Amino acid sequence: MSFLSYLINGISLGSVYAIIALGYTMVYGIAKMLNFAHGDVIMVGGYAALTMMLNLNMNPFVAILVAIVVCTVLGICIETIAYRPLLGAASPLAVLITAIGVSYFLQNVVLLIFGSNPKSFQSAVTFGDLQLAGGGLVISDEAIVTIVSCVVIMVGLTLFISKTKAGQAMQAVSEDKGAARLMGINVNGTIALTFAIGSGLAAVAGILLLSSYPSLTPYTGSMPGIKAFVAAVFGGIGSIPGAFIGGILLGVIEILGRAYISSQLADAIVFAVLIIVLLVKPTGLLGKAVQEKV
Amino acid sequence: MAMLEVKNLEVCYGMIQAIKGISFEVNEGEVIALIGANGAGKTTTLHTVSGLLSPRAGTVTFEGKDITKTPAHKIVSYGMAHVPEGRRVFASLSVFHNLKMGAYTRSNKEEIEDSLKMVYTRFPRLEERKNQLAGTLSGGEQQMLAMGRALMSKPRIILMDEPSMGLSPIFVNEIFDIIKQVSAGGTTVLLVEQNAKKALSIADRGYVLETGKIVLEGKAQELLDDESVKKAYLGE
Repeated sequence: MSFLSYLINGISLGSVYAIIALGYTMVYGIAKMLNFAHGDVIMVGGYAALTMMLNLNMNPFVAILVAIVVCTVLGICIETIAYRPLLGAASPLAVLITAIGVSYFLQNVVLLIFGSNPKSFQSAVTFGDLQLAGGGLVISDEAIVTIVSCVVIMVGLTLFISKTKAGQAMQAVSEDKGAARLMGINVNGTIALTFAIGSGLAAVAGILLLSSYPSLTPYTGSMPGIKAFVAAVFGGIGSIPGAFIGGILLGVIEILGRAYISSQLADAIVFAVLIIVLLVKPTGLLGKAVQEKV
Repeated sequence: MAMLEVKNLEVCYGMIQAIKGISFEVNEGEVIALIGANGAGKTTTLHTVSGLLSPRAGTVTFEGKDITKTPAHKIVSYGMAHVPEGRRVFASLSVFHNLKMGAYTRSNKEEIEDSLKMVYTRFPRLEERKNQLAGTLSGGEQQMLAMGRALMSKPRIILMDEPSMGLSPIFVNEIFDIIKQVSAGGTTVLLVEQNAKKALSIADRGYVLETGKIVLEGKAQELLDDESVKKAYLGE
C-alpha cells in the first residue's frame, strides 16, 4: 500500500514537472532557446495567486485565473523586451545569458516587494482527500487535481497544435522560420504566443505545486524549474509527449528514490538517470533527429 | 505599369554591399530570368523582393503598392509567393500538411480545396505521396512540393530560386516544363537560375547579374545569342 501511495505522489509531482516542462519544450522547439527564467515565472504565479487570495480576499478560482493572466502577460513581456532583440544575435549564448539575467531579475523584484520570509500558501483545492481500501490508501485531493489537470492540459495542447491554425503555424515556425514567413505566418507573433501559453501553464503548475508543497519564497521556482528542464531533456526537448513522459518519470523516480534509497540522494538519483538516458539515447526518450534527404 | 517594379535597390549584409543599386521590372504574364554566377546577388534580390531582407536603399513596388518595408508574411497575402532556394519544405510534416501550410493566408475552405485539386493534377506524384513525410521525398519531389506549396497561396506572381539545383537531368526538364505550365496558367514568374541556358529557353526576358549589378538585359533570345553571355554562362 505504501508503494502505491508513493507512486501516486510521484505521479502527482511529476505532473507538475510535466506542465512546467511543456513551457521549456515549446519555447525550445519554436524559438530554439532555453528560457531559464521559466522557473521563476512559476514563483511569480504563486505570489500573484497568494496576494489575490490573502490580501484581496478573492475566491481561489478567480485568484488562479488572475495569476494565469499575470504570468501570460509576464511571459509576453519577457519575450518582447528581453529576448526578441537578441534573436538575430551572432551567438545563441547572448539569449541564454539574458535568460539567466531575467531569472535573477524576477527573483530580486519579488524579494524587494514581498521580502525573503517564506509565505505559507493555502491550498486552492479543498474538497477532501480520497480514502481507498478502507483508509489503507489515502490519495490527497491536491494529487487528484494535479494529475487530472496535467492530463487535460496535455490533451488540450496536443489538439490545439494539431487542429488549429495557430498550432500549425507553431509547427511550421519550429521547423523553419524563413519558410514559415514565406507561407504568410507572423513568426514574431507565433513566438510570443508560445511564451504566453508556456507562462500561463507555469502559473497553473505553480499553484498546483504550492497546493501540495505550501512554502513560497522568491527562490521557490528555481529547483522545480531546473527539474522540469531535466524532464524536458529526458523526454526529448521539443517534444510535447516527451515533456509529459519525462515529467512523470522524473517525479516518480524522485519520490521512490526518496522513499526507498535515500532522501538526501534523491536529486542526485534524478540527475544520474538523466545522464544514463542521454548516454544511451542522446536525443532523449521521444526526441527524434529528422533524417533529411538533400 | 509593370506588375513588379524594383528601383535602385541596394542591400547590405553588415559592411558588405551585396546589391549595388539594381532596377528591373516584371510585367504581368511574363517569365523573367535573373541569371548570374554564384554570389552575384540573385538570391539576395529575391529575398529583398519578398520581404525576408530589407534594403538599405531603393524601392520595391508590387501592383502599384510600395512593399519595400512590408514584412514577408504580409506580402504573401498580397499575391506573391516565393519558392526558396534549397526547397525548404517542412520535413517533419506530411506532404498534405505542407500544402495546407501554403494556404495559410487563405480562409475560404472550398477555394483551398480547389487549389489542392489543381496542385494534385499538376503534380500527381504529390497526391500519391500525400501522407508521406516531406523529409522522406527525393530532391525532385521536394522541389515539386515546394512549388505546389507556393501555388497554394494562389499567387499572381511566383518567385523561384534555383528550382533545378541539385536535381537529376530528367527532373530538371520536368521542373522547367512545370514552370512553363504555371506561366501558361496565368501566373507571372520571376526565376533565378544558375542554369542560364534552361532558364532563358523558357523566359520572355532576362537580366544578367554580376557582383550585385545588372550588366545586361534584354529579350531571352537576344541574351541566348549574345557572345558574352554565351562565353560566361552558356559554356559555349
